[in-house]
Amino acid sequence: MLSTFFTPRNLLSNLVQLLMVAAAIGGAYYLFLSTQENLAARHIETGFAFLSQEAGFPIGDSLIDYQSSDSYGYALLVGIINTLYTAILCIILATVVGVIVGVAQVSDNLLIAKIAKTYVEILRNVPVLLILLFVYGVALAGLPSVKQAVEIFPGTFLSQRGLYFPRAIPEDGFIWVAMAFLVAIGLTILMVRWAKKRQNLTGRSLPLFWLGTAILTLVPLSVFWMAGGPVSWDYPALKGFNFSGGAVFRPEFLALVIGLALYRGAFIAENVRSGIMAVSKGQNEAAAALGVPPSRIMRGVILPQALRTIIPATTNDYASLVKDSSLAIAIGYPDMVSIGGTMIGQNGQAIEVIGIWMLVYLSINLVISVLMNVANKKFQLVER
Amino acid sequence: MKKITGLLAAGFALFAGQAMAATLDDVKARGFINCGVSEGVPGFSNPNAEGDWKGFDVDMCRALSAAIFNDPTKIKFVPLASKQKVLAVVTGQVDLTSRTTTWTMKRDTKEGVDFTSVVFFDGQGFMTRKQNGAASAMDLNGATVCVTAGTTTELNLEDFARANSLEFEPVVFEGKKEAVNAYRSGRCDALTTDASQLAAFRITMPDPAEHVILPEIFSKEPLAPLVKHGDNAWKDLVTWTINGLITAEETGVTQGNASEQKASSKNPTVQRMLGVTGDYGSYLGLENDWLYNAIKAVGNYGEIYDRNLGSESPLNMPRGKNALWTKGGLLYVAPLR
Repeated sequence: MLSTFFTPRNLLSNLVQLLMVAAAIGGAYYLFLSTQENLAARHIETGFAFLSQEAGFPIGDSLIDYQSSDSYGYALLVGIINTLYTAILCIILATVVGVIVGVAQVSDNLLIAKIAKTYVEILRNVPVLLILLFVYGVALAGLPSVKQAVEIFPGTFLSQRGLYFPRAIPEDGFIWVAMAFLVAIGLTILMVRWAKKRQNLTGRSLPLFWLGTAILTLVPLSVFWMAGGPVSWDYPALKGFNFSGGAVFRPEFLALVIGLALYRGAFIAENVRSGIMAVSKGQNEAAAALGVPPSRIMRGVILPQALRTIIPATTNDYASLVKDSSLAIAIGYPDMVSIGGTMIGQNGQAIEVIGIWMLVYLSINLVISVLMNVANKKFQLVER
Repeated sequence: MKKITGLLAAGFALFAGQAMAATLDDVKARGFINCGVSEGVPGFSNPNAEGDWKGFDVDMCRALSAAIFNDPTKIKFVPLASKQKVLAVVTGQVDLTSRTTTWTMKRDTKEGVDFTSVVFFDGQGFMTRKQNGAASAMDLNGATVCVTAGTTTELNLEDFARANSLEFEPVVFEGKKEAVNAYRSGRCDALTTDASQLAAFRITMPDPAEHVILPEIFSKEPLAPLVKHGDNAWKDLVTWTINGLITAEETGVTQGNASEQKASSKNPTVQRMLGVTGDYGSYLGLENDWLYNAIKAVGNYGEIYDRNLGSESPLNMPRGKNALWTKGGLLYVAPLR
């Protein structure tokens, strides 16, 4: 390695590269120093000491318990958790929307295909901010006021204050139900393996989906019944200005999740469509010639091959989705950017807060990228 | 884009010209005042259907124009966003701002501007729907409150809640417009911001009579025109024009009776104010009838208030803290002598 560095042929080009790297590092260091100096000259505080000071501002929607007497760092954590929560939920929903609409786009049924196409074209070509504002505006205009809340199920209320529903409180013995659920997952995995082996040997398949669902629901439910229903419910009730008790999805949260999922779903639908189109037509015809029913051709033959082209493109869409979630501030959902913005307004330490934002988004997207690469490897064509 | 280039130009000016002439000389040579106003707050500064600027803050600039030029129209109004207002004054883009700016220590000492005389004592309050039956902010326990993300509004709200053991569910929006819209649509039980702005937003509601502003005011927001730090003569001129308008209300000089008072008043204060005796105008570099001209143009402080914010306006805000000290308010200016 080192010996090739000094060969006459490489020496010059390597030296130039070294100089470039040194200049880049030096430039960055100079920027850092001069920023520090200028901030000090303007008596603007630097560093992360502020994270332990009292925040003092309220947060409207938090998954963990938060009081305004908590620290800035804790407030920011509330925002990061909110961002993660919406991001994960949106990724799942957008994927479901994307797969359904994408498959619908290549449907033989002209009506379904056209509707799917129209959906994709409209959603894909409107700025996501407008979609969020639209969904939020429609939600506020369309939902009844809190005094006229609609009870859609017993104990579940929908109004401008959001969707209030009963909260389950686990009691003694609930641990058995949770363990039964884990056992059911294990059983399902074993069953799937056994069924696969059996299919390889005999060629006969089992209705895996229905069997799996049955195991996953029946096993924990029977334990739940045997343990005497170890759950109590906290029902929401209208008290004064608002519902109290229960759990809630607030309109800002719902609008953000629905808006982002519908928008990003349109992009994923295009990935799915192009992935399906990229699978050679012969695969479809061969499967059909063997008498495989159309729904199984899609699930068992086309989609697994299409995933090879779908996954890399969809990785980008997941990353964009995570970044789009910062638009939450426009519709009043307290995500990381909204809460950080308030902090900047209060103590003026913009560089530090923006640095934290960048780090969090970078980390989330790197994790997504790693997971998607693992999935991608799994679905690449195995050369025989 | 225009705003960005404007800011850039202003930024360069920061480095370039420190050795500028006195503002009054500039204004006189130019023939008009550059007056920075807000981008549109009904009652304070808002262009009407014909494009003429109207409002309380606008009239303060008109009084100044009348005092300097004996003509209330020698003004170019420059609408400024909140974050531009200080820079615009520091760089000389405007000669003064007359736009709902709170006098704070940091602005006064660290940002290169000076405050003149307080024209409006404001404070944060709540607006809510009448049907909620809240007579005071103490009745708002458990309410959902729409807030604008800002430097102090959220903090004031939380401080108030903690001090009074109330619980609010805040919904925080980036802009005023979004917060007001959410309140209007019923998302929130209450809206909180400066009380004067609540009054302005109230009249933009489709049903203003259905909304009330609650009596509690829980922050101090003294609003005063801004001038550049260092030009004391110009600061004096703006300060004393405002003081003069308030003194005019104290002494009962109005737009209608100013000529009569000038001709016949025996009150020495009135005689000094209107330029009958003394040479007070020359202290400011103006004619001795400067205040007479200002009052003739826009009336005294009380008339300006009533016309734009008070009983004669759709806002119909009571004088409250903005009444004269003799009537239980906070308006108390140094004597004009």
